[in-house]
Parts: sequence; structure tokens; C-alpha cells
Amino acid sequence: MRRVVITGAGTVNALAQDVPGTLQAMAQGRSGIGPLAFRDVERLAIRIGAQVQGWDETRFSPRELALYDRFTQFAVAAADEALAMAGPGLGPATGVIIGSAAGGIATWEDSYRAVFQEGKSRVPPLVVPRLMMNAPASHISMRHGLRGPAFAVSSACASSNHAIGLAFRMIRDGQAQAMLAGGAEAMLCFGGVKAWEGLRVLSPDGCRPFDARRNGMVMGEGAAVFVLEAAEAAAARGAVALAEVAGFGMTADAGDIVVPSGQGAAEAMEQALAEAGLTPQEVGYINAHGTGTQVNDRTEVAAIKQVFGPSASHLMVSSTKAMHGHAIGATGAIELLACILALRDGIVPPTLGLSHPDPACDLDHVPNESRRAHLDAALSNAFAFGGLNAVLALRRA
Amino acid sequence: MRGKTAETVIAILAAQALIDPSDIRLDASMDSLGLDSLGLVEAIFAIEEAFDISVPFNPADPAESTGFDSATVAGLVAAVEDLIAQKAG
Repeated sequence: MRRVVITGAGTVNALAQDVPGTLQAMAQGRSGIGPLAFRDVERLAIRIGAQVQGWDETRFSPRELALYDRFTQFAVAAADEALAMAGPGLGPATGVIIGSAAGGIATWEDSYRAVFQEGKSRVPPLVVPRLMMNAPASHISMRHGLRGPAFAVSSACASSNHAIGLAFRMIRDGQAQAMLAGGAEAMLCFGGVKAWEGLRVLSPDGCRPFDARRNGMVMGEGAAVFVLEAAEAAAARGAVALAEVAGFGMTADAGDIVVPSGQGAAEAMEQALAEAGLTPQEVGYINAHGTGTQVNDRTEVAAIKQVFGPSASHLMVSSTKAMHGHAIGATGAIELLACILALRDGIVPPTLGLSHPDPACDLDHVPNESRRAHLDAALSNAFAFGGLNAVLALRRA
Repeated sequence: MRGKTAETVIAILAAQALIDPSDIRLDASMDSLGLDSLGLVEAIFAIEEAFDISVPFNPADPAESTGFDSATVAGLVAAVEDLIAQKAG
């Protein structure tokens, strides 16, 4: 089986519209959460989020804009950056897997608004190709002439990790030489936030994972896309590896549609470790799913303790969602950047908003300030509504 | 002389074809504008919005669906003028 490395990365999120800016913000412990600004926001009870600021649509042509929902714009921009970083020579057989939970939700909203609220008799002709879940994968493929396996995956908040995990396994098993993989989400529109409001899991005032005073999650948006390729091929063309994707684990709770079981999460972590050939002692950092809801945080900490046993007390376990928000289907990809920061640069990003630790969340959650550390391996957890768990295991390149 | 309807239709076609309106002649064939199928569908939508009409055009079957001459710009303008007149009548 082949080793798989990451040789390119790109992102758009509330912290920055590129990888260097995002890593710098994570290292500085800066938060991208602030007041939401979009049409009808005054009709929402929840008015904070980690919104991409100052997004310049004019980077795209009018023709592209007619076809690109906001989630596609983010994905295409992230893929452009990732491919530029990876450098030439990937070849036309490269594939693309982009995860998303909601797809082109703003396009749905605009067309429903036109026919239901404004009483119009027609919607713009490109609604279908704009909103479809595979639009980012397709446009990235078309833009760069990538003719390998290309499709979308959707598993709510685990979409990105499923996309990256699948791409990893396809390369490892020889089904592809190189893949672009990641996630994209743009749910920060009136209908998107209104839907989440209904579940009563959003915080009105801030994201404080593992803190006793937490009161819910804060939504984010954006995309991150990575170039994964066989390590030998990357070395042959002189590409620099950011990190190695060493293992992947995915399970289903087969329990509740929204409440995590813990067991499924633990088994996904165990699978990822086993596939990577890692012992718990070798792992120095876990980027937690860490949504800032009581049920997630406590269940996740219990699952980590179950898997890591006594080694759990030597782990750093931070949630970066208080910085970039919960970017739903894009969140795992953005959080993979946090793992790259930890493994490549030796900077473990912090959990912001953590000053009164929940006694049930008593691991080293790296409160409020990033920390220097030399790490060999890390996990990135994603545990989705629907009880779907996807965990990536990474090694320093 | 181009009428106001023709001016609007040509402006819409030009915007979709990314060319200058003055470069579109009334006797030009639609094919010569360089519009692909999505561009044409977008142009028809913009025409419907501009004149508040419904243009019976199916790009999957252009010859059978239209009931008007969609081969030239002039044919499209004439069809739009007819549809506007029907709405008024």
C-alpha cells in the first residue's frame, strides 16, 4: 500500500482567504466570529457567526458567477490556491471529491423567494446547476482539466473528513495517483441560519468549547481543499509534503439522529489509529469536533478517554471552532489546516473562550493561547448529525 | 433603424455573448453570436424578465418548440414584438 501526502492546501474562511493568513490567525488565537450581515438578518434570533468578510466576487467572470453559488465560489478559490501550492505535474487523471452538507442553499433560497414571496413566474435558468451538491467538484474538474474520479459526498458535519478519507484510500489503494479533496459550505444566509435556529443548538453570544459556560455552537462558512498524492509521485516531481495522511476511520452510531453515542466516535478513532499503525502514545494532538454544545463536548471527551486510556492525559485536544466557527460540511477540511499547523510548524492552535473548564472536559484543551510542541502524529475528529463519524490520522511529513 | 425592442434584445444578447451591441446586426444568425446553450437560455430568461413575457423556447428542441424564426436576431426580435403585442391585446 502506498503512502499518501498532502502537497497543496487552499482555503477561504472567516479567518482569512488563504492558507498563510488562516494559519497565522490560528497561531495567534484570533476569532473570526462577529455579527452576521445578510438580507433579513434582523428576523433571526441568532445573529452571530464566522462569516467570510469582504469576499470579492469579481475574481470570477460574470459567466462563472452565473453558475457559482457561494459554496462553489469558496471551493473553486480554495482549489486554485491548493493547486498553485502543489505545483505543476499532477496529471489529468487527478480526481476531485468535495464534501458539503447543504450545497447551494442560497440558490434554493433566492429562487424560492422569487416564486413564493415575490410572486414571480420564473426563476433564473441556472438554478439547478448552481445548487447541485457536485457543482464544486465539477467546476474544479472543468477549470483545471482534472479527469479522474470526481463527485460530492454529503455527511453533514463530517462531509469534509469523508471526502479527504476517501481520497486518501483511493490513492493508497492505487485507484488514483492524486486527488483534490476537501469541503465547502455557505449556510450563512437567512434560511440556513433559521433552520439551525430551530434545533436550538446555536449560541446567541459565542463559541466556548469545553467551557462550563458554553451555550451552543456558532456557525461558520468557507472551504478548504487539499492536494493529496502518492508520496513517491510527490517526491519524484519535487513537491513538498505538508503532512502525511496516514489513516482514516469511519463508523455510524446507528443510534440517534442528532445525539452522538460516543461508541461510534471511539471506534472511528480506533480505526484511524490502526490504519495508520499508530499507538495512542504516538499521538500528540487531536483537533476535536468540539462544537461547544454540552452533549458533543462531553461525549467526545469520554470517547477520547476510552480510546487513549492513560495516554489521554498527555494529549492536547483543542477545538478550533471558536476561531473559524462550525463550518458544517467544510469544517473538517478547515480543521485539517489546524493539524498541519501543529505537525509542520509545531504550533498547536488553542481552544478560545475556555476560562471555566467543564469538570467533565478535563483533558489538556490548550485554552486560549497556542502552544509550541514537537509532534509526530495527530487526529482530526468529525462527528456528524445522523451519527456519522469520520476521523483522519496524520503524521508529520 | 432599430426599434426600442430590438435595442433591448440586442443588448441582452450582447451581454451574454460578451460582445459589443454595435457588433450585432439584425440579420446576423443566432449561431454567429457565439452563444452556447446556457448563454442562450440565460438570454431568453433576461428577455422574459425585461418584457414580462413568456418565450416558448426549448433549447433541447429549438426547431420544434419555438413557432418562430429563432435562426436570426431579427426573427427573435419579431417574435418578442409579437409576444408583447399579444400581452397588450
